[in-house]
Amino acid sequence: MGKLIVSLSPHAHGTDSVERNMYGVIIALLPALLASFWFFGLGSAVVCLTSVVACVLFEWAINRFIFGNRQNTVLDGSAALTGLLLGMNLPSNLPLWIIVIGALFAIGVGKMTFGGLGQNIFNPALVGRCVLLVAFPAQMTTWPKAGNLLVYPVSSDPVDGLTGATPLSLMKQAITSDEPQKYLDQLPSTLDLLLGNHVNAAGALGAGTIGEVCALALIIGLCFMLWRKIITWHTPVSIIGTVFVVSGLMYLIDPAHYASPVQVILSGGLMLGAIFMATDYVTSPMTHKGQLIYGVCIGLLTIVIRNWGAYPEGMSFAILIMNAFTPLINNYVKPKRFGEVPAKQ
Amino acid sequence: MNIRTFRIGGIHPEENKLTHEVATQVAPLPKQAIFPLSQHIGAPAKPVVQKGDKVKVGTLLAEAGGFVSAPIYSSVSGTVLKIDTAVDATGYRKPVIIINVEGDEWEETIDRSDKLETVGAHPELTPEEIVNRIKTAGVVGMGGACFPTFIKLCPPPTAKAECVIINAVECEPYITADYRLMMEHADEILVGLELLMKGAKVTRGYIGIETNKPAAIDLLTKKCAEVFSASEYTVEVVPLKQRYPQGGEKQLVDAVIRRQVPAPPAIPVNVGAIVQNVGTAFAVYEAVMKHKPLFERYTTVTGKRLEKPGNFLVRMGTPMQDLINLCGGMPEGDNKVLAGGPMMGKALTSIEVPICKGTNSVTILSDDDAVRQVPQSCIRCGKCVDVCPMGLEPYLLAKLSSFKQWERAEKEDVVSCIECGSCQFTCPAHRPLLDNIRQGKSTVMGIIRSRAAAAAPKK
Repeated sequence: MGKLIVSLSPHAHGTDSVERNMYGVIIALLPALLASFWFFGLGSAVVCLTSVVACVLFEWAINRFIFGNRQNTVLDGSAALTGLLLGMNLPSNLPLWIIVIGALFAIGVGKMTFGGLGQNIFNPALVGRCVLLVAFPAQMTTWPKAGNLLVYPVSSDPVDGLTGATPLSLMKQAITSDEPQKYLDQLPSTLDLLLGNHVNAAGALGAGTIGEVCALALIIGLCFMLWRKIITWHTPVSIIGTVFVVSGLMYLIDPAHYASPVQVILSGGLMLGAIFMATDYVTSPMTHKGQLIYGVCIGLLTIVIRNWGAYPEGMSFAILIMNAFTPLINNYVKPKRFGEVPAKQ
Repeated sequence: MNIRTFRIGGIHPEENKLTHEVATQVAPLPKQAIFPLSQHIGAPAKPVVQKGDKVKVGTLLAEAGGFVSAPIYSSVSGTVLKIDTAVDATGYRKPVIIINVEGDEWEETIDRSDKLETVGAHPELTPEEIVNRIKTAGVVGMGGACFPTFIKLCPPPTAKAECVIINAVECEPYITADYRLMMEHADEILVGLELLMKGAKVTRGYIGIETNKPAAIDLLTKKCAEVFSASEYTVEVVPLKQRYPQGGEKQLVDAVIRRQVPAPPAIPVNVGAIVQNVGTAFAVYEAVMKHKPLFERYTTVTGKRLEKPGNFLVRMGTPMQDLINLCGGMPEGDNKVLAGGPMMGKALTSIEVPICKGTNSVTILSDDDAVRQVPQSCIRCGKCVDVCPMGLEPYLLAKLSSFKQWERAEKEDVVSCIECGSCQFTCPAHRPLLDNIRQGKSTVMGIIRSRAAAAAPKK
């Protein structure tokens, strides 16, 4: 007879694992990634691949050389996921060296300085993206010309690049303009926004980052994650719902200056942020009640930044700001304890 | 009818009910029977026999050692070999009485016939008499917790019992002893329920069964209609949606009568419910109607690698080794042997440990099932919070406990934890959440007790 193994209960474990969740999110991103290949071509593949490889390498190297070979987390999928999310938050014609700097900030500063997986306060991919947005504003808002699917990089030089207006900058210009209709008329149709099939006046495709181009593909990813129980509906629905309701009110009050709420929720990084960035386990609240508060606040901050801030897109900053509030939300928002639910019959 | 369940958290572990349709066998007598003096919650029993004494089946071996305690009866006839210590399911050496088995001679007071006795035919059974017989027979909760049954029937003056809920949920994976008991002794269980209702002076009864046991639901529903339709009692069989830990007392009360027991020290009777296991109802029947003290029980011996897993009617004191041999012996290699099921069972350090009043199963986990996976960093996914049936935050309690932040842990209600293991079962990072929470819970409970002790003399 062999040994008797002794441990405390429970002796059974479910099938869930860190890897299942991380790779599950990567699978959920595939429709959006495929859509981006369709619209942006080679550039999208090069940017995402560079970002993933750089993030994984930085994670491995920091684990190996700075943390002294502790349990290496490079295979758990979290670094690859950060890399993919970072790549999808970049334009498809960004030079490689900028992507590598972004990956270094994402993994090195955003994640590993705090101690690695599970310890970081801010979403690493967003840390990388926002550092690049502030440091390289021209390159980060230059979009590729439509039609050059097999060329990379497409006019990476910001002087020659196509900086043309994105749906969000059109919306922003409409707010303060005396002739708002001129800008609102340039907005793509709702269907085109949903599918990602739009070219702006300057001839730039999609006019947005790789991941945010096709809202429909992102929604398919959301459904997959809900089905696999990787995330719950609370964060994405509260963000999108808040933005829809508030921008809907603004549209009702002043339809001349504000875009319709459907166009607002389908534009820019809202879907990508609400579905994939804000739902990051580590940096979002632990309870459903907390997630609803977090989601509503992200929605409100996004509206404020989009309409009255310096940047046309407020999603990334809104998420980062609420990441900072997450520990506070966790501290004050508690689940309903057993015994506090009233009797009913 | 809509299928009910409890309202917070819960998980769906793989069922693995390998022995559902395996009819109960009577296990042979052991050569030597071992009777631990602590087979119940409360004070250990005090031995009343000495080395060399001759005992029969049903002879009192040890009397209750306090109010919260229960007497222990011999399950075999023979000679008391010694009063010694032996390793029990907790892994510690505890006082035991060891008896060398000779023949199978029963005390004459025990009615060994199969005749079904009904409550109606015994008007002499007053509630007080019923409670007294349950107490004398050493009946304790048979679901594993082993709380003396008679105490539950006598609620504190601040609470009023309104109903008896029979726990026939058996939500632990693998275990089928309660299911077999229901299929084979439904009549006796219903008489037991009637006795419990009469003893607790209530007229409402419920039997909570999960929907993975449709045959038991049908059988008991039919029998209830026959037995109780013309009586003063209202008994309802409540099918419950399959979900662990539905067999937890508080979860079952919530599922069946939609009331939540407040935080400790409140108990189910504070919301009017007295919960008893089906095995307990059967033991009550035998104790009251057949004058048979509690010395044998239904136990499942199971495991994926066992040759012939089965259900057994076992005399208490039988070493688990004997039962494992009946099922084809221990599987090759390293195994984990549990007293109980995989969610809440205790891993044994020796298979010489005897079957006790609360041993509803001997579960053998082999190969990968026997070992834990390496824990990773907490990814703060919040899934432990989602599944906690008590509405606690396991990730936080585990962290507070490992940092020895007892005050904060108390504030976060660590003592409400029922140790069901749902959090650890779910944790994608395989973190030993319950290990830490348990330590926090027991330390905080100690702090609360010593605070109460310090405050008491001043009054």
